[in-house]
Amino acid sequence: MGVRHRNCVTVTGPADGPVVMLAHGFGCDQNMWRLVVPTLERDFRVVLFDHVGAGRSDLSAWNQERYSTLDGYVDDVLELCRELALGPVTFVGHSVSAMMGVVAAAREPEAFAGLVLLAPSPRFVDDPDTGYRGGFSAGDIDELLESLEANYLGWSGAMAPVIMGNPERPELGEELTDSFCRTDPDIARVFARVTFLSDNRTDLADVRVPTLVAQCSHDAIAPPEVGAFVHAQIAGSQLVTLNATGHCPQLAAPQETAAAIAAFAGALK
Amino acid sequence: MMCRTDGDEGGPQEEGPPTDEQAQFSALLEDSAEDLYEHAPCGYLSTQLDGRIARVNATLLDWLGHERDDLVGRKHFSDLLTVGGRLYHETHFAPLLRMQGEISGIALELKASDGTRLPVLVTSTVKTGSDGQPLLIRTTIFDARDRRAYETELLRARQKADQERDRLRTLATTLQRTLLPPTLVSVPGLDVSAYYHLASLDEVGGDFYDLFPLASGTWGLFLGDVCGKGAAAAAVTSLARYTLRAAAVYDPDPTAVLGNLNTVLNHEYNGTDDPRFCTVVFGLLTPEPDRGGFHVTLSSGGHPPALLMRADGTADFLHTPGGQLIGVLPDAHIATTSLHLAPGDTLLLHTDGLTEARTEATDISGERYGDDALLDFGRALAPTTASDTVRAVRELLGSFGTGVDDDTAVLAIHVPRPTPAEQQGPDD
Repeated sequence: MGVRHRNCVTVTGPADGPVVMLAHGFGCDQNMWRLVVPTLERDFRVVLFDHVGAGRSDLSAWNQERYSTLDGYVDDVLELCRELALGPVTFVGHSVSAMMGVVAAAREPEAFAGLVLLAPSPRFVDDPDTGYRGGFSAGDIDELLESLEANYLGWSGAMAPVIMGNPERPELGEELTDSFCRTDPDIARVFARVTFLSDNRTDLADVRVPTLVAQCSHDAIAPPEVGAFVHAQIAGSQLVTLNATGHCPQLAAPQETAAAIAAFAGALK
Repeated sequence: MMCRTDGDEGGPQEEGPPTDEQAQFSALLEDSAEDLYEHAPCGYLSTQLDGRIARVNATLLDWLGHERDDLVGRKHFSDLLTVGGRLYHETHFAPLLRMQGEISGIALELKASDGTRLPVLVTSTVKTGSDGQPLLIRTTIFDARDRRAYETELLRARQKADQERDRLRTLATTLQRTLLPPTLVSVPGLDVSAYYHLASLDEVGGDFYDLFPLASGTWGLFLGDVCGKGAAAAAVTSLARYTLRAAAVYDPDPTAVLGNLNTVLNHEYNGTDDPRFCTVVFGLLTPEPDRGGFHVTLSSGGHPPALLMRADGTADFLHTPGGQLIGVLPDAHIATTSLHLAPGDTLLLHTDGLTEARTEATDISGERYGDDALLDFGRALAPTTASDTVRAVRELLGSFGTGVDDDTAVLAIHVPRPTPAEQQGPDD
């Protein structure tokens, strides 16, 4: 089975353009990027994909063992780079995917022209021993995970309206609403653990490729000091604070986000 | 709960003088839109696109115990949520609202000023200007305490059901284990192997087998299949198993052993409204030191024929025509055959779960594996050993997946070829 099918890969933009690979975070799928793609695909070859377990990926490829740590996802990203023969890519990782990019670039730097870390957090949980502030206490995350694991009725209820689609907005297209950020609750629980319990702080220093840290102004998930921490740990990285608010700048401020990605990726060789 | 429509606004008017009716009606007219907004039976919230609270109604302030000035212009909607809810909001709710322009019926928890939590259902829409540009987000919030309590009950019931199922499975597995020998006895000069495939974890199956010593160096073995499944079938299995062993001690002739079982089952179940019967093959193994190998007498009561895979690579069924089901008729006919199991030969006893398995789990047309395929399987395998035969059968069953809808028991016996040293003889 090919990675193209496994990860539901979509490629747009000029075939000879520099490659920008967009990786979505926990909670949705490649649809997250749809507002920035029109700008980026003018100059870049844009590669979109769904993480295994999300969106229209091949759910039969998901297994708990492989995807219980970030490494399974990192392997997927590297396989995509290799098997699609993309050459060095500018990898744009949102949220948890930013850390996938960090680990992947540390492991195989030759596959990457650069990294854009969008609203990144190397660790969500505060670490009192080192004074690190991730923004959440261990109890907060435990509470989230417990409620996800125990209250699947609530979760299914929460997802049902999404799965049922949107008769009032036919312009969104049936195909789109059909898979819109749909995630199997069991898979979502495992991905939530990976997202919120990983600690990749020590991986940051291993990054040797040009890196842009792009954080948002009012992000309840990745607060400004976390972006500053990432910037400080990756030697030579650039830091921009977008005017965009919330945790999803590619939706809240697509123009600004696309411009930041394009400026950074365009300046790379 | 949902915004109520059965309140005091539009209910049926009581009987009374026209003046009262008019008075009530004009009172109703004074229910201004503003008052309806502020004191609606649900919470209203308007936020800027970034979630900053611009307007909030009195109902929601009252639920949360906040002052208006604490929230408006100061807090974001996500600030009102629990941490878990905030994470859900940022990763699911807000992105979907951005993409779809609306999102409805999302279950979240709000945090009141005194620290208590309020389960709510949230619906939001994006209000757009005439040019289609999004302007603000309107949110309605319904108290979902009752609903959440109901869901908690459902959850508890489901967890209880899961536990009961696990308990049932443990019970079924334990009972199953008592019906099979924990390990097969070791028979000098014989290589033996058995396998039991459980089709369902929830029910005890009705297949059984055993291999045991009899007097004067002989051995008994049997393999059978009780009709039905579950506790009732398990009772018959247990009865059959112990009857066969006791009968064999009394008179080891296979025809007599099965005749005894037939009598016992008839006495036990005949005339009841729950007749029980089974198919069984019973064998008596007698070592033949002069020729090498064993003399095998095999009797069958309606059981599928055993498969003999010979040392020379040929294979055939050992048909026992005319053998009748055990337990149906007072005087069932038992068919008997005998053979010499020579060094290098392997004998496979099986229940029909194997030949009745659907070869494609998805094939509802009912293509069964069948006797012919099993014979080909034996021919391809011969010459073989007991453990190799059982391993091959396990792989075969595995390849059928969920197509194996009945329990399957197999028992294989094989006479190993003597090693060169043994051929020479220890005393020579």
